[in-house]
Amino acid sequence: MTRHVVAPSAEIAPGSRKLVNVAGRSIGIFNLGGEFFALLNRCPHQGGSLCLGEQVGLVLSEEPGQYCYSRPREMLRCPWHGWEFDIRTGQSWCDPKRMRTKSYPVTVEPGEALVKGPYQADIFPVSIEADYVVIDL
Amino acid sequence: MSGAVLERSRTDAARLGMVDCDIHPMLRSERALFPYLARRWRDELETFGLRTRNPFVGSFAFPKATPALSRRDSWPPAGGPPGSDLSFMRAQYLDPYGIETGILQTLIPSGKDQRNPAFGAALCAALNDWQIAEWTEPEPRLKAAITIPAEDAEASVAEIERSAPKSDFVSIFLTTRTAEPLGRKRYWPIFAAAERTGLALGIHTGGSNGLPMTPGGWPSFYFEEHMANAFAMQPLLASLVLEGVFEAFPKLRVVLIEGGFAWAPALAWRLDKHWARMRPEVPHVRHPPSFYIRRQVWFATQPVEEPPDRADLRTLIDWIGWERLVFASDYPHWDMDDPQRAFKLALSDGETQAVFRDNARLAYRLP
Repeated sequence: MTRHVVAPSAEIAPGSRKLVNVAGRSIGIFNLGGEFFALLNRCPHQGGSLCLGEQVGLVLSEEPGQYCYSRPREMLRCPWHGWEFDIRTGQSWCDPKRMRTKSYPVTVEPGEALVKGPYQADIFPVSIEADYVVIDL
Repeated sequence: MSGAVLERSRTDAARLGMVDCDIHPMLRSERALFPYLARRWRDELETFGLRTRNPFVGSFAFPKATPALSRRDSWPPAGGPPGSDLSFMRAQYLDPYGIETGILQTLIPSGKDQRNPAFGAALCAALNDWQIAEWTEPEPRLKAAITIPAEDAEASVAEIERSAPKSDFVSIFLTTRTAEPLGRKRYWPIFAAAERTGLALGIHTGGSNGLPMTPGGWPSFYFEEHMANAFAMQPLLASLVLEGVFEAFPKLRVVLIEGGFAWAPALAWRLDKHWARMRPEVPHVRHPPSFYIRRQVWFATQPVEEPPDRADLRTLIDWIGWERLVFASDYPHWDMDDPQRAFKLALSDGETQAVFRDNARLAYRLP
């Protein structure tokens, strides 16, 4: 497993996301209220660019006619068929056992630690003053 | 994900010479139709807009899952709605998937469903000229379907005869939800014209006849409307069989588009069963209903069936007949099927060629 520095953490503000290319893979990095998550940008259903989908809340119901909106922006809907995936786990809401998009461990590391390596950060220079998003691939 | 997944490289797909029976072009705006409309109807469109039997003006009766009922990544970067930009359609769909022939189905605006029949006929003619000038002439991979004001058979025949000589038309297009069951005699001149011109009749899910989507009335959700597309196809097909359309027009070729296909065996079984009991009510139906369906009807694959056990999809197609399915993507709509990944089933080369190319060549008499 190689650790890749993918972006300065300040570049992906809470609520936003960034699409990165790491080792030939298109990966979406999501910041949910300060926590970072990384998902493969490919829907396991028919291959749509999942990480370009809408970030929506999870709508549940206790009984018909009742709508409970929860976890704002924590679900990702595929831009093709609207399948919902949990950004925290990569799991499909409707078929969690069989349908999951690959997710990667993400950490935020201080630049000071990163310059010591071993990390792959060929995309941009790492400064010791900033924090960086690092994913394991 | 369990089961084998059919995944071909894009170069393999290109080798197949794939035919896609359902691609939706879209006007950049209604004004894009102006050059093809007489002044009278330009004024109508500009001043009053469209009036269909749908209960709403300028919208659908149900929220269609996504804006413009399209894939969210299909909005052309240069502007305009999904399906309105030929160069983007090439880049996003035709080129990477190696589509050799794509058949256009122009759904919007619907000339068939206009309240004013003359306006409806003018819209159909304009859309047909627009398809040729802006789509099939600049892009030879695309072929067109003649949109017709189907509720007015005489006007439909006139439009078929006007447009059929242009070789870019390979089909006649109408939507499922007609004012009366489609087998009724008021529509027969259309079938005669289809037979006479040798063009397939492509019947695509959709349209509005003012009646509720289901026999039980207006449902609450788009989920129900979308599911009921398959229900609209079944009585339509039964009507064509039982009114004797396939007896009267034995060379008519019908392609049912975007209604799914899992229901087809059950419908044929039920029709055959009842034929043994009720045949004297329809003595003109001289053969079991399944005979006509197997002879004259093709089913477009989208939205593909996705049974939990993939092997069941093979059994299902065995029942229908591998020669009766034609691939359709429905690009750029939200429920489109990816040509490489929609079938979660390992197909033999022969099966692939049949479903993705050869059956459509036969159904549409493609060169």
